[in-house]
Parts: sequence; C-alpha cells; structure tokens
Amino acid sequence: MAAEILHHPAAQAAHAEHHTEHHHDAGGNAIFGFWIYLMNDCILFATLFATYAVLAGNIADGPSAKEIFELPYVLVETFLLLFSSVTYGFAMLAFYKQQKQALLGWLAITFVFGLGFIGMEINEFAHLIGEGFGPDRSAFLSAFFTLVGTHGLHVLSGLIWMAVLMIQLVKNGLTAKNGTRLMCLSLFWHFLDLIWICVFTVVYLMGVLP
Amino acid sequence: MSHSNAHRAGAGHGSTRSYVMGFILSVILTLIPFGLVMYPAFSSSVLLMAIIGLALLQILVQLGFFLHMNTKSDEGWNMLAFVFTVLIIAILVVGSMWIMFHLNSNMMEP
Repeated sequence: MAAEILHHPAAQAAHAEHHTEHHHDAGGNAIFGFWIYLMNDCILFATLFATYAVLAGNIADGPSAKEIFELPYVLVETFLLLFSSVTYGFAMLAFYKQQKQALLGWLAITFVFGLGFIGMEINEFAHLIGEGFGPDRSAFLSAFFTLVGTHGLHVLSGLIWMAVLMIQLVKNGLTAKNGTRLMCLSLFWHFLDLIWICVFTVVYLMGVLP
Repeated sequence: MSHSNAHRAGAGHGSTRSYVMGFILSVILTLIPFGLVMYPAFSSSVLLMAIIGLALLQILVQLGFFLHMNTKSDEGWNMLAFVFTVLIIAILVVGSMWIMFHLNSNMMEP
C-alpha cells in the first residue's frame, strides 16, 4: 500500500479497522468451524455410547462390569483429567495476559496430567487383556474397549497437538494464529473432559451399581 | 490484537475465578456420585437417577465455566449447533435402546 495513503489519518484508521476485522473473522471462523467438528465428534461418541448401552449386558460367560471395574482407580483417572482441564484454563488466562513463560508452564502441567491419565488407561487395558478379558472376550468388552479406547485416542491426539503447539509457541511466540490454535485445543480438551463425565457415569458407575 | 481476537472467538473467555468455581463444582459433582455408588445407601433405581442427574449437572457446569458456552458467543450459533446436536444424540441413543431392548424382549426372552 502506498505510503501517502497511510499518512492520512482516516485512511489509516480505516485500514487498521479493516485489518483487525479480517483477523477477527479468520480466527473466529476457524474456532466456530472447530466447534462444529466437536459437535460431529459428539455424535460419534453418541453412537458408541448407544452401542455400549445395548451390548453391556451381553457378557457371554465372560466377566461382568461389576467384576472388573475398580472405582477408586477410575476416580483418580477422573481427577487427573479434571486437574488438566483447569490447568489448561489457567494456560488460556496466561495467554490473554500475554505471559509466555506462564503459558508454557501451565501447558506443560496440563500435558503431564493428560499423560498420567493415558498411562493409567493403558495400564487398565493391559491389565484386563492380561487376565484374558480383552475385546474379543464378549460383546460387552468389545463395546467397552471401543468406547473407552476412542476417548483415550482423542486424549492422545490432544497430547500430541499440545506438544506441537508448545514448540510453535516457543518458535513463533504469542501470535494471533497461535492464539486461534490455543483456543481450538482449549475447546477440544474441555470437550474430552465432558465426554469423560459420560464415560465414568455410564460405563463405570452404572456398571458397578448394586 | 490476539486478545480481542480471542474475545470474539467461538467461545468467550473466563477468569481465574470462573475456572476455580467450575473446578470446585466439578469436584463436588464427581465425588458425590462416586461416593453414592461406592457406599450404597439407596436402592439401585434411586442411585441410577441420582448419578445421571449429577452427570448432567456437571456437564452444564463445565459447558458454562470451562467451554464458556452462552447465547451471546458467535451470535448464538454455538448454542444453536449444540442444541441441534443434543437433539440428534437423544434420537440416536434413546432410539437405539428402545428398538434393541424391545427386540430383546420380543425375540430373545422365552
């Protein structure tokens, strides 16, 4: 753009307004689009929950939910995810205040909590398969591994995304683009905690119900 | 710029207070259902209603405090998309269970 146009105050203001407006729309649209993706993901999980609800009673002489689920273990998993949700919230607040070190610190803490959750879930799965209660044992266990495993894969994807984003933040700083990415991952991460509420209620608590 | 950008974004942003509030409420709404099931004092049907109700409550708490969903963000399109998704989920889950359990009671049980 020609320098003399920019010198005119009105043109300058118009340009600046246009510029920010453009950025607003690009970031806002990306985040809204990501929200629509999450709604689609909700429907994916709904189909898996429906499948689980239908098949949960078909244990085919295998173990029932009551025999294999340990609620204290699940409670710890739940708290790891809940802690990671609130620490991600603090990371977002650090971003709004443009505090890069605090942002990276909170993201690292979130990452560790998420990793702890995945570790516990892999340990639970390995334990079950080791005892011969793998997904091939009964329809109940197939549905269980598919539903909980899909949630676990989402958390794992979120962790990979978080690691990549931390590298981008270190390299490029707190740019508007990185802000959009942070916001999308924030929605994704809190959304996974939301799905987990349904998992621990429908699978674990309802499974162990006397 | 990034501040205002995030402000207008798909969901509004919270404060330390709103995150801490959401966290405390979530902890309470997690401990109660686990406690109810681990130390059962009521009948199964009461427990079932209680844990489903508490789960729905916690979902609303997290939608509000963590995802900052409200009727204002993106002129209500976020909320509209969510309400539509809830409708689809209800048809999908209730419909599947209704059909399959009736199929079971009509065809499988002696």
